[in-house]
Amino acid sequence: MAEKKKKLLQGNEACVEGALYAGCRFYAGYPITPSTEIMEGMSVRLPKLGGKFIQMEDEIGGIAAALGGSLAGLKSMTATSGPGFSLKQECIGYACLTEIPLVIVDVMRGGPSTGYPTGPSQSDIMQAKWGTHGDHPVIALTPSTVPEILTETIRAFNLAEQFRTPVMVLYDEILGHMREPVTIPNPGEFAVEDRAKPEVKPEDYYPYDDKFLIAPLAPFGSGYRFHVTGLNHKQDGFPTNDSKVIRENNLRIMRKVDINRETIWKNEEVMLDDAEVVIFTVGSTARSARFAVNELRKVGVKAGLLRPLTIWPFPDRAVAEISSRVKAIIVPELNLGQMTLEVERVAKGRCAVEGLYRVDGEPITPSQIFHEVRKYL
Amino acid sequence: MSDRYEIRFSGSGGQGMILAGIIMAEAAAIYGDKNAVQSQSYGPESRGGASKAEVIISDGPIDYPKATAIDCMLAMTQEACTKYHGDIKSGGILLVDSEEVKTIPQGAFKVLSFPIIGTAREALGKTIVANIISLGMIAELTGVVTNEAVEKAVLSRVPPAFLDLNKKALQIGFESARKLK
Repeated sequence: MAEKKKKLLQGNEACVEGALYAGCRFYAGYPITPSTEIMEGMSVRLPKLGGKFIQMEDEIGGIAAALGGSLAGLKSMTATSGPGFSLKQECIGYACLTEIPLVIVDVMRGGPSTGYPTGPSQSDIMQAKWGTHGDHPVIALTPSTVPEILTETIRAFNLAEQFRTPVMVLYDEILGHMREPVTIPNPGEFAVEDRAKPEVKPEDYYPYDDKFLIAPLAPFGSGYRFHVTGLNHKQDGFPTNDSKVIRENNLRIMRKVDINRETIWKNEEVMLDDAEVVIFTVGSTARSARFAVNELRKVGVKAGLLRPLTIWPFPDRAVAEISSRVKAIIVPELNLGQMTLEVERVAKGRCAVEGLYRVDGEPITPSQIFHEVRKYL
Repeated sequence: MSDRYEIRFSGSGGQGMILAGIIMAEAAAIYGDKNAVQSQSYGPESRGGASKAEVIISDGPIDYPKATAIDCMLAMTQEACTKYHGDIKSGGILLVDSEEVKTIPQGAFKVLSFPIIGTAREALGKTIVANIISLGMIAELTGVVTNEAVEKAVLSRVPPAFLDLNKKALQIGFESARKLK
């Protein structure tokens, strides 16, 4: 077995390592700061592994081609930033309804519009949830370190394959471009999941077989012929006007993620046991928060940190639990209050909920959080 | 926060400040036995504009990846010096290129001035290695990484044809800083 190698990697480079480790063999996209290094990395690495890379004419073409790659049986990925993520929304909805596994990485920059390409932001939290129309399942992961970008990208592929649904990885410009030491995992060190393949003969195959919560997905070109449409469809994949089938299908795609949310949720808890004020945040802002928590503890303030690595489905249970035993939850975010709304929804007035926002292209500093927490004591 | 050692390399886009930061972080975390985080900030331009790279070095975990109280800052242009010197901590070091930075900021930090780009031009005939000279100077001045680790990190980053040039630049950096101390 190869000797483990420690490297100083950029967040975006760690994303490439994670994707390849997870078995990604098709990438289609369009370059955009601050995500471009992912695309550059995939263009160099994929051909050497027998994979395929294609730069498309725009972001829409990027995700559409990646969906095709996935339907043909290859684990597929596209990456972008806010403006491109907006363009990809139609295809994200398509992937949700047609149940095509896919990983979409969004390295968030300031918005709206083309905004501030080289500055950090967390302004796509709600776009990830509601950017495409209709009720649809959303899984979105929020790593906070460079090594975590690698491992969470692996997890994103695993969840996409297990649940036959698009999975998003959201991180900001700071994480995308910063470098930290990363140890590249050996094969077998992390589980790699593959989508279920049909066990029936091609003539008996249904792509949305109603015997399953999540039906096996046959690769196009393998002899299993089936139809894929963004219209509501029957188990054979063809459009339907049957209201019972439409309802069952709409409920099922939500249910497959909802009933498994306990296994999809992932939180890091820092000094929560005796905390009186808890900080709830993700990504690079969580690094400032952890720094602030350590400083607050040094001066005797009982502060803690709840850091979700899965922001969608929202960590309702964890937030509800702490809201019943703390004075306040502080929500620092690089937007004007997207996660704060969710925390308020779940806390249901059991504790104070206060946002701490920044949209000037600069990070929220540890001292900003330090002073905000002290207001509640 | 004394377990963090913070270095900021600043100049204009294209001067290799980010590469200098990367090499410093590799010297600490890959060729040394410390932890390091390197981050950067730059404008939308690919050349010009003030640019900075920051390296946090620690024996333990590093949470906040940006500089908070800088131990040592390099300024290769006046614009970068004026814009970025504010975070240098009391007792810290500011190293400036003496030909570029004419207005020296006032503060409770030690200012060292040296013709870094001029030396690259005159001693090596290539201004492109000014960043490597500055890297050698910062390593020598701060002692936060060993000179051997920096040399290994530099040599692992440059193409074979330029090994000698970069080795010389680094040595000039070490020696120049020794004289300034």
